[in-house]
Amino acid sequence: MNTENIVGSSAPRKEGRDKVTGRAQYIDDMSLPGMLYGATVRSSIPRGKIRKITFGAAIAWDEFVIVSTKDIPGANCIALILDDQPCLADGVVNHPEEPILLLAHPNRHTLPKAVNAVEIEYDPLPALFSIEESERQAEIIWGKDNTFKRYLVEKGDVDGIWSTADYIVEGEYTTGAQEQLYIENNGVIASFDAVKGLTLWGSLQCPYYVHKALMKLFALPEDRVRVVQMETGGAFGGKEEYPSMIAGHAALLAMKSGKPVKIVYDRMEDMTATTKRHPSRTRHRTAVSREGKILGGEIDFVVDGGAYATLSSVVLSRGTIHAGGPYYWPNVRIRAKAVATNAPPHGAFRGFGAPQCLFAMERHMDRIAATVGISPVEIRRRNFLKTGQTTTTEQVIREPIDLNQLLDRALALTDYHAKRNRFAKDNDLTTRKKGIGIAAFLHGAGFTGSGERYLASVVGVEACADGRVRVLVSSTEFGQGTKTVLCQIAAEALGLPYEDAEIAQADTEEVPNSGPTVASRTVMVIGKLVQSAARGIQETLVAAGFLQDTYSRDEFRQACAKYIAEHGEFKSWARYEAPPGIFWDDEKYRGEAYAAYAWAVYIAEVTVDLATYSVSVDDFVALQEVGRVLNPVLARGQIIGGVAQGIGFALYEKVVWRDGRMQNGQMTNYIMPTSADLPAIRVHFEELGNVHGAYGAKGIGELPMDGPAPAIVNAVEDALHMGFDSVPLLPEDIFNAMQADSESEFHPSQEVR
Amino acid sequence: MSTRPAPCEVSLTVNGEERAIRAYPMERLLDVLRRQLGLTGSKEGCGEGECGSCSVLMDGAVVNSCLVPVLQAQGAKIVTIEGLTSGSQLHALQQAFLNCGGAQCGICTPGIIMAASHLLSKRPRPTLQEIRDGLSGNLCRCTGYAQICEAVAEAAVQGNMG
Repeated sequence: MNTENIVGSSAPRKEGRDKVTGRAQYIDDMSLPGMLYGATVRSSIPRGKIRKITFGAAIAWDEFVIVSTKDIPGANCIALILDDQPCLADGVVNHPEEPILLLAHPNRHTLPKAVNAVEIEYDPLPALFSIEESERQAEIIWGKDNTFKRYLVEKGDVDGIWSTADYIVEGEYTTGAQEQLYIENNGVIASFDAVKGLTLWGSLQCPYYVHKALMKLFALPEDRVRVVQMETGGAFGGKEEYPSMIAGHAALLAMKSGKPVKIVYDRMEDMTATTKRHPSRTRHRTAVSREGKILGGEIDFVVDGGAYATLSSVVLSRGTIHAGGPYYWPNVRIRAKAVATNAPPHGAFRGFGAPQCLFAMERHMDRIAATVGISPVEIRRRNFLKTGQTTTTEQVIREPIDLNQLLDRALALTDYHAKRNRFAKDNDLTTRKKGIGIAAFLHGAGFTGSGERYLASVVGVEACADGRVRVLVSSTEFGQGTKTVLCQIAAEALGLPYEDAEIAQADTEEVPNSGPTVASRTVMVIGKLVQSAARGIQETLVAAGFLQDTYSRDEFRQACAKYIAEHGEFKSWARYEAPPGIFWDDEKYRGEAYAAYAWAVYIAEVTVDLATYSVSVDDFVALQEVGRVLNPVLARGQIIGGVAQGIGFALYEKVVWRDGRMQNGQMTNYIMPTSADLPAIRVHFEELGNVHGAYGAKGIGELPMDGPAPAIVNAVEDALHMGFDSVPLLPEDIFNAMQADSESEFHPSQEVR
Repeated sequence: MSTRPAPCEVSLTVNGEERAIRAYPMERLLDVLRRQLGLTGSKEGCGEGECGSCSVLMDGAVVNSCLVPVLQAQGAKIVTIEGLTSGSQLHALQQAFLNCGGAQCGICTPGIIMAASHLLSKRPRPTLQEIRDGLSGNLCRCTGYAQICEAVAEAAVQGNMG
């Protein structure tokens, strides 16, 4: 059948019409008869034993449903990896804002007062608030040594290289916590029925994560728990693991009350109590030749996981594998660990460990360049990974990626050399200093190592009697375009118009477990399975003699109708199988870490205003190789949105901590970029294709989060001739550093740190 | 302890329809729209007037409906996202948001479209900078704003042609 190519076109967003008309149904738009509202009583201290709980006077407590740990029918934990995080604190709290009790009431206005009227007395215990405090182990707050997970990657002989080096370059780089700041707060509705079991509707990324957590919390079999994703107003990782917590809370209240219960957080509760990007510290020690070749090095990568293990081991894994950047390391040792502190657990956020270690790597490259006395361009050229070489985990790069060519194109797009020279000349005459900076990086698509094999995702495609096909996946839409692209793939695979493909709501009662919607895996991994399940429909119809190899839309419809008349429903399934030649050693952390990488060179142009010490980004070029672009409008939207979050990570978004609690949990004082703050973000793609992905696609969702922070801070160094090794980089940081610098210049006798 | 004031009667015009409602005087316009009138297109993102997801038009001005006590809306003409169109035909802005990728997760979209419609009523052919400034009271975490601004520019051209 002759159709235009659907894959590669900017097919309109499937749920777009509902979104632009305000008809899309988010969780807070939903209501059930007799529904109660739930609220959470949380710890006010970072660590301690709960001595006494008193229900204060002046509240009609008999009107409330109150849930404590005693009401949990199964295990008091949020099932994820280690299951160490309780659903409700049981006698001990390990971070501020830890859930202790749950309340529900028909009138939501009465809840805040009731929450405040619950008095909790504690015997405080010493608490830890930083990576360094956790490492010192003056107090053990988790396991034997405050460490959730360690990895060691070793390649070649690092110990033997130091004596051969012309330069040994050292640096320490840190990144702060970052709030996902989806505009829709976390929210769910739960209902419980003694026969049917639990039903949970929510704003979430991973229906089957919530499903698994509820089964364990309630000791229910899988067919008595149903999880339905509502339209989800942004997630970015922030609705990967936390929805299991809020779902558990609403479900406990629903079971005890016998009524449906809605919990929707307000902004401050969402910001102070739920996950953020892991703060990190990376130390580099690199042996470099006179020519600027990396001979080898040690990378020490640490993330602050907060009070419970949750996803930290996986975040750490991605960070560990990305720590060497897009460079060839003949010898390397990477030591990585995730440590415990008494802050709410840090969690998934777009990039998942890679933005942290790549900030360090790309700042360190500029430091190496300065030490060797060559340009930031040259240092990268001389060390880029090439086809046939191996990564730090000894994965052979098989795809024909040419990073020098990618870099050349980015330099041309920005007129880099001319600008850099001009800025250097003009900066002497102005207090508005301009600079330009580069970041080169890579991002692995899909789960790390053997992850995809363990997940063994399943997808389905159902053909209907009217000739439409429905994609059955638990992969969710939260803005990225999952619904649209998976429908494009199904339509293309079957030679049908785009309108004939639709996607089922992510409801565990109807869709199979296609794994979580994370790790830039949906288009590449799930898309490929959709393609194969869709082909299964066609092959079945051809084999049954209902359809020729080429067919019209009408012939397809008739064939489906005939098949369904004979067999009832018509569904085709596909399960993930690891491609041949993919080998990964979980013990030694060696092998094919990812089936495919996306590659990128980003260049930022900045002005630092020495009147205000603020940095503005004047121009931003984002050039990436992402396999094949399946929907240009959506792909560009992913890149620009990711770059915007990266600019926030670099220059605006600072979580202010006091004793483990976020102090600026409001949009008024936690600052994300507005439309007036951002430059033109110029997006360009290279498309090499990818044998592992649907129609040649790789993942793109997380990639754009990795590059902006180092490109911008490198540009600030170009402008000021002063390096900064920490993000977020706020005006006061620049002011303080310049102040310290000028004091040391004017008072040479003073000790310089 | 203060006693709660009694509910009062408030009349207002919502999307061209006159409505009389009973509400507490300090109840937020956003809650009245969403809970009493079932107009859930206006969203709550922050509850403190920062994110603009609850933007509606009140007597032709764009307001954060989470900051407006309903008593203040007595006699006012309110337009929400649901009132932007009549029938199934999309407003030029809505169509442009679809074409340009202006909506991703969609939670900020109704508010931004209302703010944009206000902008276009004041400046039918805004420059890109005017669009960026005009929408700077509305936060979007998904798009980085570029495709939103392009949508507003496209709608401006469409609107002027029509």
